[in-house]
Amino acid sequence: MTAVTPEIVADHGLSPDEYALILEHLGRAPNLLELGIFSVMWSEHCSYKSSRLHLARLPTEAPWVIQGPGENAGAVAIGTDPEGNPLAAVFKMESHNHPSFIEPYQGAATGVGGILRDVFTMGARPVALLDALSFGAPDHPRTRHLVRGVVAGIGGYGNCVGVPTVGGEVRFHPSYNGNILVNAMCVGVARADRLFRSAAAGVGNPVVYVGSATGRDGIHGATMASAEFDASSEEKRPTVQVGDPFLEKLLIEACLELMATDAVIAIQDMGAAGLTSSSVEMASKGGVGIRLDLERVPARETGMTPYEFMLSESQERMLMVLKPGREAEAEAIFRKWGLAFAVIGEITSTGRLQLFFHGEQVANLPLGPLSEGAPKYDRPWVRTPPPPPLADAPASADLLRDLVQLMGSPDLASRRWVWEQYDHMVGADTVVRPGGDAAVVRVHGTRMALALTADCTPRYCAADPVAGGAQAVAEAWRNLTAAGATPLAITDCMNFAAPTDPVVMGQFVGCIEGMRAACLALDFPVVSGNVSLYNETEGRKIQPTPSIGGVGLLADWAEAATPAFKAAGETIWLVGETRGHLGQSLWLRECRGREDGPPPPVDLAAERAAGDWVRRMIAERRVTAVHDLSDGGLLVALAEMALGGGIGAAIALPEGAATAMAFGEDQGRYLATTPAGTELPPCPVPLVRLGETGGAALAVEGHGAIPLEALRAAHERFFPALMGSAAKAMG
Amino acid sequence: MKTGVVVFPGSNCDRDLMVALELVTGVRPVALWHADPEIPAGLDLVALPGGFSHGDYLRSGAIAARAPVMRAVATHAARGGLVLGICNGFQVLTEAGLLPGALIRNAGLDFLCRDVALEVVTADSPFTRAYAAGATITVPIAHHDGNYQADAATLDRLEQEGQVAFRYAEDVNGSARRIAGILNEGRNVLGMMPHPERCVEEAHGNQDGRRLFEGLLKVLA
Repeated sequence: MTAVTPEIVADHGLSPDEYALILEHLGRAPNLLELGIFSVMWSEHCSYKSSRLHLARLPTEAPWVIQGPGENAGAVAIGTDPEGNPLAAVFKMESHNHPSFIEPYQGAATGVGGILRDVFTMGARPVALLDALSFGAPDHPRTRHLVRGVVAGIGGYGNCVGVPTVGGEVRFHPSYNGNILVNAMCVGVARADRLFRSAAAGVGNPVVYVGSATGRDGIHGATMASAEFDASSEEKRPTVQVGDPFLEKLLIEACLELMATDAVIAIQDMGAAGLTSSSVEMASKGGVGIRLDLERVPARETGMTPYEFMLSESQERMLMVLKPGREAEAEAIFRKWGLAFAVIGEITSTGRLQLFFHGEQVANLPLGPLSEGAPKYDRPWVRTPPPPPLADAPASADLLRDLVQLMGSPDLASRRWVWEQYDHMVGADTVVRPGGDAAVVRVHGTRMALALTADCTPRYCAADPVAGGAQAVAEAWRNLTAAGATPLAITDCMNFAAPTDPVVMGQFVGCIEGMRAACLALDFPVVSGNVSLYNETEGRKIQPTPSIGGVGLLADWAEAATPAFKAAGETIWLVGETRGHLGQSLWLRECRGREDGPPPPVDLAAERAAGDWVRRMIAERRVTAVHDLSDGGLLVALAEMALGGGIGAAIALPEGAATAMAFGEDQGRYLATTPAGTELPPCPVPLVRLGETGGAALAVEGHGAIPLEALRAAHERFFPALMGSAAKAMG
Repeated sequence: MKTGVVVFPGSNCDRDLMVALELVTGVRPVALWHADPEIPAGLDLVALPGGFSHGDYLRSGAIAARAPVMRAVATHAARGGLVLGICNGFQVLTEAGLLPGALIRNAGLDFLCRDVALEVVTADSPFTRAYAAGATITVPIAHHDGNYQADAATLDRLEQEGQVAFRYAEDVNGSARRIAGILNEGRNVLGMMPHPERCVEEAHGNQDGRRLFEGLLKVLA
């Protein structure tokens, strides 16, 4: 085998210090295969070496949490099925940023495939997908190509697998010009007493490989995903995996069929770093050893080497440990679904990863240094200085003209063009479709429903990471609340630039601090997540983007609230305090071209008080429509409710500077409607009566009126205009 | 009423269709496995669900149309038994020659999932008898290859013989003559791209699809 040189070590993304540590652990030089295994296990993607120290500060526990971080996905209790069996919602969000920038269709598609596997590996049937997408400026030459490819890839995979894509978010900002973000979230439902985990057990038990055969695709994807981009990144296209959603669908059905028996001891999907990380994680979590005979691995190509078998990231593959003697039963299920099935090794008592190829030992590594013993860095970081307050009081010359501009702006325009390419109804349990605050998906066969959302405001995080981290969690909580759900827990997908820069590391630490505070204040723990670092190209860094995926529970799907106005003549209420905070607002950015000022402060006690009150109003059926206030502030939220219901409104702004009242992005606020004459019970936060619904225009006292059709035209124009012209350009 | 739902590898609306059929008929449908050359005797209706049978590789429905179970489905249809193909099921029926024409890529090239308005063109079939001819109903679509095409003579014949069951109120995917669903000559086989099983209960927000299944129940009760 090739001798390991300093160049080869560097090519594997390992620092000289890390290589010295490997020599120390082994007491000898690794061979090339062993070096490859260390390189993927110690990559940022697999080891979380820069982030582990800080992630540990996030709250992960609550009485309803069944599984916190550390498994393939988190799980929370959600009541029982009609037979009285306990149920769990199983979910996680994960990034597929670098592959999606290089090859948008396959990168996004395999991101969806990977997160689906994380969820059904736990024994859960996937019931919903969401995607949080960040693209560069709309007029950047690559943006349209990337949007088209990513959306088609997400749809191509999710639609075929038959899991509805019900929500997510799409944003545009020049900081993502060279490094887009594709964060995919999957939610599944499982019997809470039948969750599957990855810890291997039982010396001598068979290690079984199922799913697709292994090819040479995606070798070193995890290392690639842990490096900064440069101009040669497109040459890395062969490291992007190719997805086969049809095979994934078969794998879901076969795995769930096998999991309904009691033959499976442990199961792990082969995601980043493929056979290497799955075998190492299963054995190390179980405190055992593992032996694999690599010539038994089903191969797509002839002549594959042990190095290629271990580092391939071919998709749609799983590794399982079965109870002894159950191989034939398991094999019959996989054969029925037309899938590969092979016993490729066994559990040992050695505490080592031992690899054989045609009887010859080709690697022999202790498991400890590969997993818990991986490097853990306390990287230097500096706190982001708080931005000075706005020096002036910018004012709009025409509130309603600015409203039209905002409603048609890239970050607020209708996403219909995106979600109509996703089958958001398959499963026939989607109660609230995309486009509102949270999607609502019925728990099949019950009256219960899950509310789902994905949120982050990166411009807040960039200006003040602590406030931004808290705001992302609070907005997810607010969106679930606005749907009438009780928020249960979150998954986080932490997208940042290179952690070797103390400024970036400071953003990471700050966001974690804010998230922690919000999770604690809102009883909203983190149960799973993922970290994606080095999101920068030639030194241009993304805005810090901690995507938050929130899951909430409704006891009865029929209690779900939606933002659309329901009838004319209803009273419109504003819940929460409006101070008129314009710093970092979309109005300032879109209508004034400024990205300055501090983000809105997050008062977590007020957030909680407002949300708990709104949720009670929904449960008591006192309110007819509910919408959270976020990007764009009061008038944008009002316009969205009006367009949703096709019913106009006439309101007066709260007292104060009109522009700040109209477009300020103060947190912890909702709009709600009630039938005329309804009195609401005392509210713990300010409650203002704004006006009433009706007509075909939005009228703001003292500022005129704008027909809904003008707002709708602006709102619906952006995406078709952007992408239609792309289609022409592509011929 | 006894019903069966075929499960191909890659079918993904089989459960939804079974739920809808059970909701309306009160009897749980039998799952029919694609590789079985026989189907149970005495079935009133065989339904082919939506999804991506065999990944839609080659052409949508092309591989599934050659599955062993399809010979039994053809025999069932030839004997006058009812056959309903929805979305991918419609594609399978055209590929199997049980319905004329073909479903090609949407004219706009993108996958489309949305509610569409449909005109019920004929009430003279077991599937459409609970609707009024000329009525407009709302049913969701979710497809990439829903653009119905056939030669002009076939299209003329379908129109003349009243075999067009549903028509899109507006053009959504480029289908010839806005055809959304067609019957065979015997009027016992219906293929349609829209998903009636997705609008059968209160939680769906629209129950316009329910009458299709209720109509079948009346025929067979």
